[in-house]
Amino acid sequence: MKPASFDFLCPDTLEEALAALAEGGGEARVIAGGQSLVPMLNMRLARPGLLVDIMRLEALRRIETSGEEITVGAGVRQAELEAWTNLSRDLPLLAAAFPWLGHVQTRARGTVCGSVAHADPSAELPLSLVTLGGAVSLRSRKQKRKVKADDFFIGMMATDLAEGEMIEAVHFPKARPGSGYAFREIGRRHGDFAIVACAAVADDKGLRLGIAGVDDRPRVFALPALNDDQFDDALNDIAWSLNARDDIHASARYRRELVRNLGRETLKEASRCRA
Amino acid sequence: MPRMNAAQRHVVDFTLNGQKIRAEAENRMLLSDLLRHEVGLTGTHVGCEHGVCGACTVQIDGKPARACLTLAQQVRGSDVRTVEALAPGAAELSPLQAAFRRHHGLQCGFCTPGILMSLDALLREQPDAGREEIREHLSGHLCRCTGYATIVEAALAAAEEQRKEETPNA
Ligand SMILES: Cc1cc2nc3c(=O)[nH]c(=O)nc-3n(C[C@H](O)[C@H](O)[C@H](O)COP(=O)(O)OP(=O)(O)OC[C@H]3O[C@@H](n4cnc5c(N)ncnc54)[C@H](O)[C@@H]3O)c2cc1C
Ligand code: FES
Ligand code: FES
Repeated sequence: MKPASFDFLCPDTLEEALAALAEGGGEARVIAGGQSLVPMLNMRLARPGLLVDIMRLEALRRIETSGEEITVGAGVRQAELEAWTNLSRDLPLLAAAFPWLGHVQTRARGTVCGSVAHADPSAELPLSLVTLGGAVSLRSRKQKRKVKADDFFIGMMATDLAEGEMIEAVHFPKARPGSGYAFREIGRRHGDFAIVACAAVADDKGLRLGIAGVDDRPRVFALPALNDDQFDDALNDIAWSLNARDDIHASARYRRELVRNLGRETLKEASRCRA
Repeated sequence: MPRMNAAQRHVVDFTLNGQKIRAEAENRMLLSDLLRHEVGLTGTHVGCEHGVCGACTVQIDGKPARACLTLAQQVRGSDVRTVEALAPGAAELSPLQAAFRRHHGLQCGFCTPGILMSLDALLREQPDAGREEIREHLSGHLCRCTGYATIVEAALAAAEEQRKEETPNA
């Protein structure tokens, strides 16, 4: 299992990277941490003609707070955001989600934006981004645009990313005092992709529940502030509205059951944290 | 850097176990293959080649990482450490390696180089690491022989020994 051959470009500037992606069209692909792409190259599920390595572009290696938003550039590795001093204060949902994301050894290399670009339907970071109501900044040689995370993920490993475009950064809304956050996950083994993962936010507007691993992309649902004993009906409706699949890891029925149970626990925990 | 052609080999300069080296690799060559086939350091093992088993784990700039998920070209300018860097001499083991031997932390030894590189990084970064941190690091490795319990014991013993070494008057 070795990759097929490809040209390699390690650009010195973002402009150079964007020009190569524009010229390469469908043949060109960004490589960031390589933790999803290299397995696909090794198994020859991906055979790009050109890889553009973005990890030496200083401009992308930034974690910045501006106003109510935390911006994480495409060069930031998962372990770097995990170790960011303000994480548990400003992004408590991510602080709770990171331990579930692969292993120490994969987080040391994998990037935050790479996980968003890869768009695995069970992945923790896309789920957190959608649940918080975050956004994705896309850039090509010709234009820049900012897309709501919920519109960015369109299906099974499919996103709104166009040919010649790359993710420049993702934006997470900063935690507000008086809001509660919780993250729960069930997987086969610690560090495996989730069978079902739930993320919840409780604030003055009510509750938001994000669910990964069930539908073909992370889905988020707004709920009014409910009492503990009112969760069950709402969660049953959500479980049936998701397009659950059977696969080798779990049946659709088991996944719906996890949505009901894990969903309830996650919502309760977020509500408790708010109090 | 100009675009590097797929058909040719290209120079990769990096630091390997403390020494500057210059190797040559096709773009598609994995770091694991560069180490084993070009440099001749076969201590880094290759199990699955898709990031799951952890046998190929090395340290890149001090952090444990999968050599099978890293292209050789991606370590240009980096500091790479492999299991060969652990023992201080040909007839001497590092304290962590010696603890593995004492506690039967290995049987066939296929998984061992990767596990040593993860635990070596852990004990350097978190000298007070306990059972939980050790298990967390081990979750990125598969061992088909030991059942893991002896590996955890070995790592705890090495951590303990290191703490004593660092605070002689405690
Ligand atoms: C053993 C193992 C366990 C794992 N477990 C989990 C898990 O539990 N949960 C989880 O979410 N993930 C898991 N992963 C995947 C890991 O999180 C990856 O790091 C992540 O999915 C991809 O990030 P990357 O930087 O490595 O991207 P790469 O592998 O470099 O790229 C992935 C894809 O995204 C594209 N891409 C990357 N960056 C950009 C960008 N800036 N703009 C446009 N396109 C881009 C690439 O072209 C490629 O198609 C696991 C991986 C391994 C090997
Ligand atoms: S060979 Fe690299 S993780 Fe298995
Ligand atoms: S000692 Fe044989 S696989 Fe771990």
